[in-house]
Amino acid sequence: MQMASSSPSASECAGEEQRVGTRTVFIGNHPVSETEAYIAQHFCDNRIVSSKYTLWNFLPKNLFEQFRRIANFYFLIIFLVQVTVDTPTSPVTSGLPLFFVITVTAIKQGYEDWLRHRADNEVNKSTVYIIENAKRVRKESEKIKVGDVVEVHADETFPCDLILLSSGTSDGTCYVTTASLDGESNCKTHYAVRDTIALCTAEAINTLRAAIECEQPQPDLYKFVGRINIYSNSLEAVARSLGPENLLLKGATLKNTKKIYGVAVYTGMETKMALNYQGKSQKRSAVEKSINAFLIVYLFILLTKAAVCTTLKYVWQSNPYNDEPWYNQKTQKERETLKVLKMFTDFLSFMVLFNFIIPVSMYVTVEMQKFLGSFFISWDKDFYDEEINEGALVNTSDLNEELGQVDYVFTDKTGTLTENSMEFIECCIDGHKYKGVIEEVDGVPQTDGSLTYFDKADKNREELFLRALCLCHTVEVKTNDAVDGATQATDLTYVSSSPDEIALVKGAKKYGFTFLGTQNGYMRVENQRKETEEYELLHTLYFDSVRRRMSVIVKTQTGTHFLNLNFSPFLFVRQLIEAKMALQDREEKMEKVFDDIETNMNLIGATAVEDKLQDQAAETIEALHAAGLKVWVLTGDKMETAKSTCYACRLFQTSTELLELTTKTIEDSERKEDRLHELLIEYRKKLLHEFPKSTRSLKKAWTEHQEYGLIIDGSTLSLILNSSQDYSSNNYKSIFLQICMKCTAVLCCRMAPLQKAQIVRMVKNLKGSPITLSIGDGANDVSMILESHVGIGIKGKEGRHAARNSDYAVPKFKHLKKLLLAHGHLYYVRIAHLVQYFFYKNLCFILPQFLYQFFCGFSQQPLYDAAYLTMYNICFTSLPILAYSLLEQHINIDTLTSDPRLYMKITGNAMLQLGPFLYWTFLAAFEGTVFFFGTYFLFQTSSLEDNGKVNRTYGAIYFRISIYESSCVVSLQLALDTRFWTWINHFVIWGSLAFYVFFSFFWGGIIWPFLKQQRMYFVFAQMLSSVSTWLAIVFLIFISLFPEILLIVLKNVRRRSARNPNLELPMLLSYKHIDSGYT
Amino acid sequence: MTWRAATRGAHQPDNTAFTQQRLPAWQPLLSAGIALPLFFCTGLAFIGLGLGLYYTSNGIKELEYDYTGNPGTGNCSVCAAVGQGRAPPPSCSCAWYFSLPELFQGPVYLYYELSNFYQNNRRYSVSRDNEQLSGWPSALRNPANECAPYQRSATGLPIAPCGAIANSLFNDSFSLWHQRRPGGPYVEVPLDRTGIAWWTDYHVKFRNPPLVNGSLALAFQGTAPPPNWRRPVYELSPDPNNTGFINQDFVVWMRIAALPTFRKLYSRIRQGNYSAGLPRGSYFINITYNYPVRAFGGHKRIILSSISWMGGKNPFLGIAYLVVGSLCILTGFVMLVVFIRYQDQNDEDEDQE
Repeated sequence: MQMASSSPSASECAGEEQRVGTRTVFIGNHPVSETEAYIAQHFCDNRIVSSKYTLWNFLPKNLFEQFRRIANFYFLIIFLVQVTVDTPTSPVTSGLPLFFVITVTAIKQGYEDWLRHRADNEVNKSTVYIIENAKRVRKESEKIKVGDVVEVHADETFPCDLILLSSGTSDGTCYVTTASLDGESNCKTHYAVRDTIALCTAEAINTLRAAIECEQPQPDLYKFVGRINIYSNSLEAVARSLGPENLLLKGATLKNTKKIYGVAVYTGMETKMALNYQGKSQKRSAVEKSINAFLIVYLFILLTKAAVCTTLKYVWQSNPYNDEPWYNQKTQKERETLKVLKMFTDFLSFMVLFNFIIPVSMYVTVEMQKFLGSFFISWDKDFYDEEINEGALVNTSDLNEELGQVDYVFTDKTGTLTENSMEFIECCIDGHKYKGVIEEVDGVPQTDGSLTYFDKADKNREELFLRALCLCHTVEVKTNDAVDGATQATDLTYVSSSPDEIALVKGAKKYGFTFLGTQNGYMRVENQRKETEEYELLHTLYFDSVRRRMSVIVKTQTGTHFLNLNFSPFLFVRQLIEAKMALQDREEKMEKVFDDIETNMNLIGATAVEDKLQDQAAETIEALHAAGLKVWVLTGDKMETAKSTCYACRLFQTSTELLELTTKTIEDSERKEDRLHELLIEYRKKLLHEFPKSTRSLKKAWTEHQEYGLIIDGSTLSLILNSSQDYSSNNYKSIFLQICMKCTAVLCCRMAPLQKAQIVRMVKNLKGSPITLSIGDGANDVSMILESHVGIGIKGKEGRHAARNSDYAVPKFKHLKKLLLAHGHLYYVRIAHLVQYFFYKNLCFILPQFLYQFFCGFSQQPLYDAAYLTMYNICFTSLPILAYSLLEQHINIDTLTSDPRLYMKITGNAMLQLGPFLYWTFLAAFEGTVFFFGTYFLFQTSSLEDNGKVNRTYGAIYFRISIYESSCVVSLQLALDTRFWTWINHFVIWGSLAFYVFFSFFWGGIIWPFLKQQRMYFVFAQMLSSVSTWLAIVFLIFISLFPEILLIVLKNVRRRSARNPNLELPMLLSYKHIDSGYT
Repeated sequence: MTWRAATRGAHQPDNTAFTQQRLPAWQPLLSAGIALPLFFCTGLAFIGLGLGLYYTSNGIKELEYDYTGNPGTGNCSVCAAVGQGRAPPPSCSCAWYFSLPELFQGPVYLYYELSNFYQNNRRYSVSRDNEQLSGWPSALRNPANECAPYQRSATGLPIAPCGAIANSLFNDSFSLWHQRRPGGPYVEVPLDRTGIAWWTDYHVKFRNPPLVNGSLALAFQGTAPPPNWRRPVYELSPDPNNTGFINQDFVVWMRIAALPTFRKLYSRIRQGNYSAGLPRGSYFINITYNYPVRAFGGHKRIILSSISWMGGKNPFLGIAYLVVGSLCILTGFVMLVVFIRYQDQNDEDEDQE
């Protein structure tokens, strides 16, 4: 789960050997022959290190990492300045918060690392059995060396990457699930090399003398190239090639096989699994960028303040009796100090004095808010799906607020918009249409009663077709008991990585052909006459997205007849092709073979498989549209199916005018590029005519104008993007983007996975850098999920690959609606407010300090006591904002989900733009000024108490009142902005104020032995015994909050009236009823 | 957890109000309906308070006299001129004559005020040793470094009390004389010099070092008085409860002021015939002029003031309350108008539909 933050270091191993092309592994670490000197190659051990730190290097390494953050480094510098230079505030004031921040972060990271250590240990210390000198030795997993022969039992996971040597069975196969690697839960068959199959005991294995040459570790799970040289009794070595089907990956689990022997080839951090978990890049949210921008502004303010004060100080001191009056002589040393040096230290002192303007605790609070806040997503029971018994998964908490900022949604189609649970609807054999169930030839009644076929195809053709359906797949059968010949058809459960295969097999079953399973390489099928036919499975040419078809080569029982069955899946229509081919030598290049085999085929029939739209997919898309998001569908499917899906889920309305940029529209002309150019220009003209204004008004324009949808396919897209030699390609691209941005919906079909990512990147780099979100469920969506700002994975049927690589994973597409509209919106508002508030509260806290310098001869006299400087951010004001930023719901969640238009209010990082920032800054400046001059004037006279004692001593008013006001006011300011008062809010807001009072009594009530200055002694108690102080405090608080109250009331009055004018927002069909409510 | 399939979220989430973000909450909306009465009420309350404060403040009497002695400003200018440029300035006295036409309602307090005196300058404000002032013998002999250049005398003896604050102790003294009948004799009005410091300062924070053989003077043996002082600290007052570090003038002075213009309490007038205040008649205050302020462009003032429940004279607070109270009511009216107009507009719009 914490993969993003862990970057296990493979460097430990990497340096030891040059990455030459291959490595040689001696099985059992036996030298292959006496003559040849055995050169021990050094490989890294089988220890998995996902943790970052050890007990020893935790402190230095963690500190180093933490101080690489600019903010921490800044505070470290301030702290060092305070230690070295004579500064007004003690180093404790900045040291303590820094220490707090560093400690909290270190504890969090330490805890996470401890968890990783524990997980590592669990893996590293697990017991494995190794064959050493013909004996079975029990060892810890981390002790495995490359070349060791490992014994693995059923249902155990492989401790490292192994080459299968033997597996108890006579054919040397074993079954493996890779559910924890790529999420595919079906069993995969792996093979041992023919020559080692027989070595089924420890003794036998020990006699094996062989060396494996294989490539150096690389992360691709499905690639492996190697060769095994087997030396038997000083004869010539026998060489066999090794491929991915011989390699058992670490993390995969052995199934249905008693035990296997394998030799370790990659261990520890060099296993494919470990290599795959590295280098997931960190995504940063737009809010974080805003924070940095604000930080720079505040740094600038800080420097300005310090510079102004330093200058004024020396101007003021040019008068000798200001510089050194008789009552305040300098020491000899001070007189002798160089003036330039003094100016410099003064500047630093002022910086230290004002450094609280940069909120040290903000980062901690932001981090805590994100971390705690993300729980609300995984806790949400609306995201819980009963079918898979899981809720939402949060892989990163850094992007919560980004969910509220999305401009573009890229969605996959299959499995995302649709259920990806296929249902066999009908088929067509040799031009004859079959619907429902075929009638049994011999009159045995079938389960599904009604049969409606219009006329029948030739019997042979029909059976051939159905056999093909039964054989051409990778489906496996799970049974309750071992089915030995018994036709327990009802107990058969089909398992497959691809749901359409299951649909086909089930469809065939309806027509009387039941697939019974695979045994010893024979596929067994029960035909319509209840006879069991056996076919030897010779080879499977798996489906891939380039060829878009799969084939199996089977041998019938007669042994004379090769049957090559092949289907090419499209969503609604599948072609089934039969061909008779001879098997070619496998050593040749695979692709060519595939191509050769799959030519010259005849169409024997077609099936229709229906994939249902996901629950509420259309409503979700509509809601996203209404929220001003642009939805792009990126699919590998062909255009017609994709288009009909888009209509079905209302991405395209009937009124939408479609602009097509596909091979169809282009290929009829001679030169494709000319035609493309023409089309692009034409479409742009059309759109520019429709939308004369800039893109800003686009959202509003939707209602008034014709809607446009764009359809583009993969080949055209690559024509646009990749015709790089042509200088006009840039031109193409920009025209294309202009068109895209003006269209309400875009459908990209026939996309390769990489092209999906390409499109996302293209949109990401648009002007104004819009925030993109990708949602998908399959492995082919991973590239686009990783590329976009926010990646959402659907916990779908095609495995967990997408969910694992995503930032958030939800069970269904419909959950996107609440995730964006409610959670995203709230998170954004919360964190934006949090950030603004932090800058506001510190400016308003430190401004009186600055103003005070004008009244103390610019002598860096701090207005606040050190304890308060420190506590202000940590204790007095941090909890209320944290509670606010976790619980605030300025608009009810239900309202947010039901009215998508509210989402538009916060697009474009609206709450962190210059306007709101200036508003908060001016508010802070106003309040700071009111605090300072308010106290200045209100306490002009000497005594406040009725016993006439002078109270306006240093310490008394200024600290007290200003600080009490500031903590009161900032708390109350927050109180004014809080719309959602739970008991927690009440508790922390009023609690913080009360804590302040308690703390002050405590701090002022004791003479602290470690303090040089006892300035605060009983000041607070003295202050509060005066009525005037109370009156003044109440007055100043009221004055400070008055503008905000006024503004809120005005806003509320306007809101009441603002309901009247028609909202110029896109109106979509199903939202008409909401609109009518407003008009 | 890294190497295994994620198990988080494998179970159905808890269905509690907190996890589902459905905690019961109070959702206040500051609508016009609430805000308008609020504005009017606060406005009225503030005006009421303001009036009260204003009249109380007006009822407080204050008499003040600038005795800095700038040329041509009264008889203290002689003293000022004499003291010019000489350190230590010679002792000199002058007087401030005034008459009260009616009773000056008591209790009356006598303050001195200094201006352009930066007690809040950082170099100045840290120049003290609190441990020494708390009577710690070790600190008495070894004053803190912050006290420099008033840490040790020229002969190397530790200065007690050390530091710039103590060294610049205000040393003008005043006596108040009253003439009951015109032409009659002036009678000295008793000034109560005790009880002018904070209770906690006098009783806890400031302590004399432990007596040696019952003598405070012996306790301070081996220390030097601050260079500007004419007497050592144990001779500040003959009263043993008011001398040394717990001398109340000293304690008051040591609590530094926040602003360059400040007042400090000199004495209370509450004894004998004067407990009810100063009766009408002629008065003069005899000023022993020691403290040089013209060197740094400062001023010295002497102030007689009475006091009320809200403290000293402070018209600003009352006025501020009045202004803001009126502002509130004004805004209230404006809001009312805006509100009604919007209301009408809304009604019209509804009619149109």
